[in-house]
Amino acid sequence: MKQLKIFSVPYLVWMLVFILVPLIMVAYFAFRTADGEWTIQNISEVGQYANIFVRSIWLALIATVICLVVAYPLAYALSRMEKHKQSTMLLIVMLPMWMNFLLRTYAWMTLLGNNGIINNLLGMIGLGPYKLINTSGAVVLGMVYNYLPFMILPLYSVMEKIDKSVIEAASDLGCNSKKVITRVVVPLSLPGITSGITMVFVPAISTFIISRMLGGGSNLLIGDLIEMQFLGNSYNPHLGAAISLVLMVIILLIMTIMNQFSPDDQVLI
Amino acid sequence: MKKLSKIYIGIVLAFLYVPIFVLIVFSFNETKSRSVFSGFTLDWYEKLFHNKIIISSLINTVIIAVLASVISTILGTFAAIGINSMRKVPKAVVMNVTNMPIINPEIVTGVSLMLLFVFFAARMNIEFGFVTLLIAHITFDVPYVILNIMPKFKQMDPHLYEAAQDLGCSPTKAFRKVILPEIMPGVISGFLMAFTYSLDDFVISYFTSGSTSQTLPITIYSMTRRKVSPEINALSTIIFLVVVVVLIVKNVIENRAAKRNASYKGGVRE
Repeated sequence: MKQLKIFSVPYLVWMLVFILVPLIMVAYFAFRTADGEWTIQNISEVGQYANIFVRSIWLALIATVICLVVAYPLAYALSRMEKHKQSTMLLIVMLPMWMNFLLRTYAWMTLLGNNGIINNLLGMIGLGPYKLINTSGAVVLGMVYNYLPFMILPLYSVMEKIDKSVIEAASDLGCNSKKVITRVVVPLSLPGITSGITMVFVPAISTFIISRMLGGGSNLLIGDLIEMQFLGNSYNPHLGAAISLVLMVIILLIMTIMNQFSPDDQVLI
Repeated sequence: MKKLSKIYIGIVLAFLYVPIFVLIVFSFNETKSRSVFSGFTLDWYEKLFHNKIIISSLINTVIIAVLASVISTILGTFAAIGINSMRKVPKAVVMNVTNMPIINPEIVTGVSLMLLFVFFAARMNIEFGFVTLLIAHITFDVPYVILNIMPKFKQMDPHLYEAAQDLGCSPTKAFRKVILPEIMPGVISGFLMAFTYSLDDFVISYFTSGSTSQTLPITIYSMTRRKVSPEINALSTIIFLVVVVVLIVKNVIENRAAKRNASYKGGVRE
């Protein structure tokens, strides 16, 4: 099959020009000034936005934890259903994800608005109106709503493979249902947990849509900061590249940590 | 316990679906209010179908998605065949680079491509628009095609291709008759994945589209930034219905294929 190697040449060229070179350009821009000199000023300037980084990491972390807590029992319940019901149920759970995520986020804009339905319903029983939209809580809610399926899917796919007899054996040998979960189900579903965490955390920490639509102006995240340097008022691709570089490093660190918890042969992206 | 898990699934489903149903209900609302339903109308649908920007960006989105997914399927299929026959180390290097657009946050991929296009635009008289958008879409589509095809090679006997040639097939014929049928399921699922990602992409398109060539998600974004219009609700309703129909059809086809496979295996083979 060795002569088949040549087939990959067009793609290798494409990969070089449109994947590798652009990423190198990000690194290059991050260390250059507008006048074309080498500098570390861009990187050090990122430090000024430490509060935005902390906020992004914090909100993404909260959203990831909520997703895990909500998705874990759901995925377990799904995986223990009768086989023919499982695929239908999974379809129903995943279906909202096929809607464009701008529309899904927009839906929450209309629900949470100051004159939105939630405030209206609360008003009927004499409560509120509360400030729901343009809060950090709304941003976390948007993250959970949009990325919950990313947590459910990997969890379900590992749990579905857990043999029913393993669980039965554990309870036959004297485990109560709590112990079955902590000693059998959780260890066996660890690869799903780690890949679910990365699949939720990475888009959550880098989003700029959710924070813009649900967070108002007061909940800027790293994504907003990057977007502003490239398409916003404060055009500065050098600083934008530096922020992107730092974001990539943070994500790389998270993924390395996550891979530590995952068995070697099951490193999932 | 059974009942408890049913209630729990119900609550999560409500959380997932209520926002969408509210959107749908208010697409039929007479006034622009987003919280009080005052009467039934189809006006917003009519307005939607007469909205030139939405229609043209929809057409644009479909054209880009079709072109990008077809090109990336061809590029990716050949790439996968080539990568599969590489030695261990180059293979690992290429696969790691291929994974980058998937692992990296979308915004980083978008920004990196934008930097590249800005660089070229300044030197080679290229404008942001259809071409840059298409290149960007192919770039994030190809990895999904490759990742869908690679596992198929693991299931395939590597000697089949040589055997076909020993038995008189030309290399092209052996390729067509042996390799292609084996990896076809991966090619198809890779194509479908690329197509849906292209249709749905916002972030990367946002950074690489410029002002001349807009896709539907970009138009939706600018609509949500401007004043409230129930046209968005009408659009959401239509998109939701399309998604439901497509997924049901897909499920039915898959179930039939699974049944046919089962009866084939049960009845004839074993």
